[in-house]
Amino acid sequence: MLNKTAKLLTGLAAGLLTVTALSGAAFAQSVNLTYLIPSGPENQVIADEVVKAFEAANPDINVDIETRPGGSEGDNLIKTRLATGAMADVFLYNSGSLFQAINPQQFLVDLTNEPWQADVQASFKPVVTAPDGTIRGAPARAAMAGGIYYNKKIYAELGLSVPKTWAEFMANNEKIKAAGKVAVIQTYGDTWTSQLFVLADFYNVQAKDPNFAERYTANEAKFATDPAALRGFEKLQEAHDAGLFNEDFGAAKYDDGIRMLALGEGAHYPMLSFATTALVQAYPDNIQDIGFFAQPGDEAELNGLTVWMPDGVYIAQTTPNLDAAKKFVAFIASPEGCDAQTRAGGASGPYLINGCTLPADVPPAVSDLLPYFAEGGQNGPALEFLSPIKGPALEQITVEVGSGIRPAADGAALYDEDVRKQAQQLGLPGW
Amino acid sequence: MTALSEAGAAVSPGAPRAIRRSPYPGWFFLPAALIYGILFLVPTLASLYFSLTRWTLFNSTFIGLDNFAQFFREPFLIQGLVNTVIYAVVTSGLKVVLGMMLALLLTSAVMARGYLRSVVFFPVLVSTVGVGITFTVLMHPTQGMINETLALFGIKGPGWLVDPKLALLSVALVDVWKGVGLATVIYIAGIVAIPKDYYEAARIDGATKWQNFLYVTLPLSRPATATVITLSFIGGLRTFDLIWAMTRGGPGFSSDTIASVIYKQYQAGFYGLSTAGNVVLFVLIAILVVPLTMLLNRRQGHE
Repeated sequence: MLNKTAKLLTGLAAGLLTVTALSGAAFAQSVNLTYLIPSGPENQVIADEVVKAFEAANPDINVDIETRPGGSEGDNLIKTRLATGAMADVFLYNSGSLFQAINPQQFLVDLTNEPWQADVQASFKPVVTAPDGTIRGAPARAAMAGGIYYNKKIYAELGLSVPKTWAEFMANNEKIKAAGKVAVIQTYGDTWTSQLFVLADFYNVQAKDPNFAERYTANEAKFATDPAALRGFEKLQEAHDAGLFNEDFGAAKYDDGIRMLALGEGAHYPMLSFATTALVQAYPDNIQDIGFFAQPGDEAELNGLTVWMPDGVYIAQTTPNLDAAKKFVAFIASPEGCDAQTRAGGASGPYLINGCTLPADVPPAVSDLLPYFAEGGQNGPALEFLSPIKGPALEQITVEVGSGIRPAADGAALYDEDVRKQAQQLGLPGW
Repeated sequence: MTALSEAGAAVSPGAPRAIRRSPYPGWFFLPAALIYGILFLVPTLASLYFSLTRWTLFNSTFIGLDNFAQFFREPFLIQGLVNTVIYAVVTSGLKVVLGMMLALLLTSAVMARGYLRSVVFFPVLVSTVGVGITFTVLMHPTQGMINETLALFGIKGPGWLVDPKLALLSVALVDVWKGVGLATVIYIAGIVAIPKDYYEAARIDGATKWQNFLYVTLPLSRPATATVITLSFIGGLRTFDLIWAMTRGGPGFSSDTIASVIYKQYQAGFYGLSTAGNVVLFVLIAILVVPLTMLLNRRQGHE
């Protein structure tokens, strides 16, 4: 016993000596960073690959990946960890309206003067800019689009062509249904997937009513009373009423939707284009069968794509390792970072960093996006990047409209009520 | 306790009531008082304050009673209230009926009685969330085992959890399956405690089995019935875990209860609003439970 105590004391003394000897001198040991990402297979593989490449380039920095749930559960967790000072050093989170809701000015490190900002495309900067005009984040991923995935095999079999108007889309659906196949896949087991018909319709809203976003933020335009905005809800109801959905649409989950699309069990799946990564991961043999088109509006000449800005990476004010954290963020926002993502199958759309290129052999679902971004193509940001307000109950309301529980006009009116609550919570003027 | 104070009153009639002396010194209560203050008193008072503010976790603005006005304007509050009451009534009603039936079976001379009793109690011990997830899989409209079994007999099973008319009742049924074991055990205790003399007297009077049950077992297990109803009714009123695990209040809002409405507001970041909702829930449960407790106490006084 005595012997043990003596040993312990000697050990302690030796330890203290070492610490004293080291302090003042440059740190040779490695720094540990924590990196918080949303859970999900595609997020995990991309983060793993990026961290591996970063650690290889910076042997003195070690990055531990933590995961959190997505959706509103994740929003809550992010807010709580920020408010209690327990945030990871670096974290991945939405840009746009959700970014504004986490009080970036108070909690995130100002990255306005970082050298890599010169290579970030101008379209991304506003969606990670705090109210005081400082930039607090870097683009973490490729840009995404909201639209409709389709199975090219089914299209070839039935001799269909990519629709430019909603009427053409519904005509295609009728033919697919007549051939005994599921025309539109819906997966309300994961309620967030139900919002796409409404959210991805925003290019069409903006095409008809260019000031909608401003008037919406100022409490002047409403989904229920603006005919262009109401169309998104109506389209969802039309698709339900025409009986186009898979039989188990109420219980099926996102993973089921991916499977049905890849294996040709269903022809269309309205989704964000990040699903391409999941398709590459789970169904590499079928990836050539999958294409993508913008959600059609009512006029062919106004056809365009609703674009989602990628998530941002942010550094929490509370980090003890600011230099290492800045190095990590700079790496993510560099061509090396993009390449690591591409290696992990994450090239699901154009990157927003100059010098980042897409490989020549991207899946068709990605190359289908490119014309919308090229000369003569039409695209515009989703509403959540033009306005800070997004009502949190939209996914329940779209489940109701898509399940035939509530008519489109009612759903839109209910959503306006939800939006009002959110605007008041944000303390916006005019509400 | 009653006897003691009566005795004390007899010793000094008319004298001012003496302050009851505690056998412990004041510091003895300090740890408990601290824990109570920090973990219960402060949060309760803070929640009362925050229910009057627009609160983002980062800062709060005082807005008076706006949150309460908003909460009562919530389109789903009424439906949530109705659903909560339906859920509480259905689960406690079925637990009473099924619990009684099972208890009768398990107090009779049935084979392997001890084993059967423990089997009925087993679901009570399983985690609610685990039960919820399991039944969500079993109740899948096309691939679930329940509907696949029905299909073998040529019956097209309903969408248990995706049909807005059925979702709440499906969850309530699972709640009954999980909770009926407890009701059964309470009834078994109640039935076993009925003195055999009553049955003997009934037999001498020539009572049938059915009369035995109706005029002896049923009235004499009334205390057990009261316990089962109270426990399951309060449990049903504040139910959240099973509903959240199975439907998250869906499809849409059709199986929302008050607790899930409040939780969704909290998730959406309406912290002040959801705190106001909790204050409302607190008042509501108090309004329902205080008379219920008084009723039960009065009955105890009679017996």
